Amino acid sequence: MTVRYAYYPGCSLEKTQRGYDESVREVFKALEQELVEIDDWNCCGATMYMSVKETVSLAVSARNLALAEKMGLEILAPCSSCFTTLSKTNRILKEIPEMHRDVNEALAEGGLSYSGKVRVRHPLDILMNDIGLETVRARFQRNLNGLKIAPYYGCQIVRPDKTFDDRENPMLLDRLFGACGGDVVYFPMKVRCCGGMLMTTFEETALKLNKELLECALNNHADVMVTTCPLCHFNLEAYQGKINNFYKTTYNVPIMYFTQLLGIALGLPAKSLGLDSSFIPLGGKINSLAEAHYA
Amino acid sequence: MEHATHQLPGLMTRTEADLREIFLRQVESIPAGERIKRCIQCGTCTGSCPVSYAMDISPRQLIALFRAGELETIMRSRSIWICASCYACTTRCPSGIKITDVIYALKRTVMEKGYESKAPQVQVLAKLFVDNLMSYGRLHEGTLIRKYYMKTGIFKLFGFIPLVKKMYETKRLALFPKRIKEHRSLSRIVKKAQEIEMRHVPEKSEYLPEFVGYRGLGVMKLESRKGE
Repeated sequence: MTVRYAYYPGCSLEKTQRGYDESVREVFKALEQELVEIDDWNCCGATMYMSVKETVSLAVSARNLALAEKMGLEILAPCSSCFTTLSKTNRILKEIPEMHRDVNEALAEGGLSYSGKVRVRHPLDILMNDIGLETVRARFQRNLNGLKIAPYYGCQIVRPDKTFDDRENPMLLDRLFGACGGDVVYFPMKVRCCGGMLMTTFEETALKLNKELLECALNNHADVMVTTCPLCHFNLEAYQGKINNFYKTTYNVPIMYFTQLLGIALGLPAKSLGLDSSFIPLGGKINSLAEAHYA
Repeated sequence: MEHATHQLPGLMTRTEADLREIFLRQVESIPAGERIKRCIQCGTCTGSCPVSYAMDISPRQLIALFRAGELETIMRSRSIWICASCYACTTRCPSGIKITDVIYALKRTVMEKGYESKAPQVQVLAKLFVDNLMSYGRLHEGTLIRKYYMKTGIFKLFGFIPLVKKMYETKRLALFPKRIKEHRSLSRIVKKAQEIEMRHVPEKSEYLPEFVGYRGLGVMKLESRKGE
């Protein structure tokens, strides 16, 4: 059944993390779901903004919710940070009526208003809970052939509120890739924080956090780490060289978005999934899976 | 740790009373914020925090210090700026305290009072982030990072050349920021929200010497169970 979603790509997905954007669009197209990008969306404010002014940050983020409400659709937000920020705004507006009133007063200046009814969804939630693993499984074209996968959920899709998976031991990625024929390895750090913006402000601390994540994945013999968040992805991938310099290690772990790997399993062409945007070579196993499709 | 000098044992100083007022106002805007009263000092937050090892005051100590009337000590710490808001503490707290949001409230208190922080680079980044958002409506990472390092250490910028090159090669580099169409309307929303925010700031607070500890928390709404 085709369902339409108000697509909120967020700032990172526009360009720097185009692999996530492209693969989300392709996977949803393949599963016959329609994504309508919210016209003229603005930055959600992310975590940075909350530390400055509360009413302002809520109003900035609520503008997007108001735009989606006009479309009458649920929001699809692939970026974990956008997902959490928009959900949190929803929650605060619902629980503190004075804040809701204040935010609406601000939104009125832009000719908008928000009733508080839009649901904010993450693609993993929709894939597993709305479309359902059985339906997705029926579309699989390619077996992942025992590819060893470390599922990295990161913080913001499972915390702070109970969203759509367990907060300490989420299992949706494990189940999804287990069903594709992947070998999902033991990865106890699946919800450990990557440090996020600390990579800019407290670099050494963030390098340590990311080093521990990579180490844990490698100790469990992972061929690839899959992520659900652009910031985790960037920290783990683009800073891997820096981690190697700092800790005298030789990590070379490919990092993929879960939608990219799912796209391969669905038999979608590698190019449409933005696999050419990876910094770290995806390695023989993944390449042969992706290329076998053309043969 | 510095200790504020009290006029009388157990009485708050003027500065502390001011800080407490701002902080409590910030805490009240957190759903179920009043649960901060329920802290049992078990240390689960500190144990769950992936960065507590790098903090000068642990998350558990933050709450203990606030109760003891030592907010001023917190204002001068670097702890609150290291928090990456991963919410590990919040989900595990047996008393249901929203520690991450409490830390946000502390950050806003520092910003509002204009304290000099031990980690000024975080405020630099936060300010630039806001400027960036205000100018374009969307975040342009390139501009943000360039301006950030121009302010905090220009030589580090050269270290980014290989990364920028890689991003260019993989078509991931947005050279110029893009502005949203309804940029003016967003600015009006923000301006209005700022006005509203100021409404909640009392012009001058009255200083009544108060005992530290739980008593000062009496002003908060009692034990509403919402958000559970």
